[in-house]
Amino acid sequence: MKNLDSVFAAYIIGWGVFFLFYVSIAKRTSDLRAEVERLKNALARGK
Amino acid sequence: MGKRIVLGAVAILLVIAAAYASFYVAPEERTMGVLQRIFYFHVSSAWAGMDAFLLCFIANLLYVWKRDQKYDWLGVSSAEVGLVLTTVVLITGPIWAKPAWGIYWTWDARLTSTFVLWLLYVSYLLLRSLIEEPERRALLSALFGIFAFIDVPLVFFSIRWWRTQHPAPVIMGSPGSGLDPTMNKVFLFSVFAMHVFAAFLIVERYVLEKLRSEVDLLRREVEAQ
Repeated sequence: MKNLDSVFAAYIIGWGVFFLFYVSIAKRTSDLRAEVERLKNALARGK
Repeated sequence: MGKRIVLGAVAILLVIAAAYASFYVAPEERTMGVLQRIFYFHVSSAWAGMDAFLLCFIANLLYVWKRDQKYDWLGVSSAEVGLVLTTVVLITGPIWAKPAWGIYWTWDARLTSTFVLWLLYVSYLLLRSLIEEPERRALLSALFGIFAFIDVPLVFFSIRWWRTQHPAPVIMGSPGSGLDPTMNKVFLFSVFAMHVFAAFLIVERYVLEKLRSEVDLLRREVEAQ
């Protein structure tokens, strides 16, 4: 089928962008959760 | 957390169903053939992106009015998701254009206004990254976001106001335009699925921004100790 490679390229690259964005959100969220825990512990130690 | 997982699962099932419908339910278009199937992904991403920017605009107005940081979190979350959706539009468009027009890109009204939209929201996020003080950052970015939204109706109406390279609208277009009934159902389902997926991403991004604010607050408390 003519141009099927273009259709697959559009879907794969498009979903790849969404996937990478979701991974970046998950990574940043996980880092911030760890930072919250660290800061809460620092506050508790200081009291 | 439970509701977010359910929303994520529903969003993923919907976009898988939309992709299946685009390939196996929608009939093949007579002139473009299989290439036209990019339309379901490309246009649904574009509409979801414009609606994410609309949500950002509303959140920016509400922030300027009420000065509640929740609206700042919503503004930046929807701007970032809108930007990602517009990036997908700017990638899938040229992939379609090369076999259809023989070129990847041309500076026509729709393509140029979409690229300007992308640049405006990149600037919105850059502006935020340059301002340290949270309230000043929220106010200045809200004002910039209100200004940036001016380009959204320009993108939407560009193919109605000017006839250039980009195809004329088939939805809400001129008399005689339109889609085959099955294509129309698949298209509307794809738009719905992409909106649910965008809502899922905005919720996830909002949780991230809320956490960032919590970290800022805790840091100030630790420094004050």
